[in-house]
Amino acid sequence: MAQYAILIFEREAEGGQAPELPPEVLEAHGALPGRIREHGGKELGGIALEPSATATSIRGDLVTDGPFIETKEALAGVFVIEARDLDHAIELARMTPIVSGGVEVRPLLGLDFSGLTS
Amino acid sequence: MLAATVRVTRDLDAAEEAVQDAYVQALTRWGRDGVPAKPGAWLTTVARRSALNNLRRQRTLREKLPLLIVDAAEPAAAVETLALRDDAPISDDRLRLICTCCHPALSREAQVALTLRLVCGVSTPDIAHAFLVAEPTMAARITRAKKKIASARIPYAVPAAAELPARVDAVLMVVHLLYATGHTAHSGENLVRDELTGRALDLARLLPALLPSEPETDGLLALLLVHQARRATRTDADGRLLRLEEQDRSRWDPGLIAEADRLVVGALRAGPPGRFTLQAAIAALHAQAPSYAETDWPQILTLYDELLRRWPSPVVALNRAVAVAMVDGPAAALAEVVALEADGRLAGYRYLPATKADLLSRLGRHAEAADAYRAALALSDNAAEQEFLQDRLSRTLPS
Repeated sequence: MAQYAILIFEREAEGGQAPELPPEVLEAHGALPGRIREHGGKELGGIALEPSATATSIRGDLVTDGPFIETKEALAGVFVIEARDLDHAIELARMTPIVSGGVEVRPLLGLDFSGLTS
Repeated sequence: MLAATVRVTRDLDAAEEAVQDAYVQALTRWGRDGVPAKPGAWLTTVARRSALNNLRRQRTLREKLPLLIVDAAEPAAAVETLALRDDAPISDDRLRLICTCCHPALSREAQVALTLRLVCGVSTPDIAHAFLVAEPTMAARITRAKKKIASARIPYAVPAAAELPARVDAVLMVVHLLYATGHTAHSGENLVRDELTGRALDLARLLPALLPSEPETDGLLALLLVHQARRATRTDADGRLLRLEEQDRSRWDPGLIAEADRLVVGALRAGPPGRFTLQAAIAALHAQAPSYAETDWPQILTLYDELLRRWPSPVVALNRAVAVAMVDGPAAALAEVVALEADGRLAGYRYLPATKADLLSRLGRHAEAADAYRAALALSDNAAEQEFLQDRLSRTLPS
């Protein structure tokens, strides 16, 4: 099994505020590890981020307000899964509940993140 | 051979190396013992053995098998048996390799380059030449793609049935793009052109056998066969581009057209036709008509309506406008082209002003036609096309 990070990008409300998450989306997030298991994968853990307005960026000596890269859809969370290969990882990543945005699948650099579980 | 070897190595570079080893061995062994009865099978066996030996060597270095083996649970003995069998399922391997090269996680450019390099065995300098990029650029593109296959673990597998139609579509797009690139290559590049169209045709002939449940593979093959049947009349002796109505139909290859027609009929019977089957049906109707005027235009328009429904592309809508002109007259067609122009999706597409110019000049609106020809000329980078447009422009202007 290989490990992949699933990066969740969501459109934020005006001014980098958190979007209203409908209850069914929150519920689907809770059910995600189980669904991934049912489909032969495993969720190793994940993190959810406060909206990008709360971010502080540091480039060299310069400390600035806001995210490192301004994008229409901001990074909202990351979780790590185990999957057989990229096709399997894509199948699992497609189950991520999304309001208005999408996900990015990135292979992990051969490190073992199995201790990341909360 | 590469496809059969990569199944053992799970690594494209290692497989390429093993295949090269096999050729080197062939040079010395065949010189000494004579050429074997089945040279291809001999080379494949030797390449797989060489790959296996390399693998074993790596295994003693590392306790754990690297990510190269199909399935870590698969016993080495099974891999060995497969590698030494001459009748191993080569065709499945070839399909796996094609599916890997055309995986949607790779850019279209990378898909095309990898397919040429790994499936067709075209050298990197030749691929660079065909796509008009510098050799190091193409080499880097191929290396990057191979690296992504390895690190993201793009599977070396035929996709599951549910995914297959979408994945087959990507494969067909790549093969079609290969042919189209060869077909429209600059006039001075005949060698490149024949190499690319030849490779694309080989692949298109292979796909129906590999994917018998996908009638679109027949559709693509039929489409390419009609293009191929008419290739000699696409330009005149001076390399000037000829329109369909100016081409000498007696020089079209009737054998290829008949073959294409059989394939189209079969694909249409197999169920709701896909875009390649519909395009092939249109091309085959053109190819079988005794002349441009005697073409079954109403039928062609019906096929375009269906094609536009299956594949709502503005390019299809533009081609459909040409059929509208033949059925309902140039004024009706011009209205559609003007609407397409306003839509904006075809901005920069040279065939839009060229088609508009043709319709305007048929309506006697010569000054507007000349403007449109000039707009088309500014967008074309192909010498044969520029000459064609220049010629049309000079006929439009009052002498």
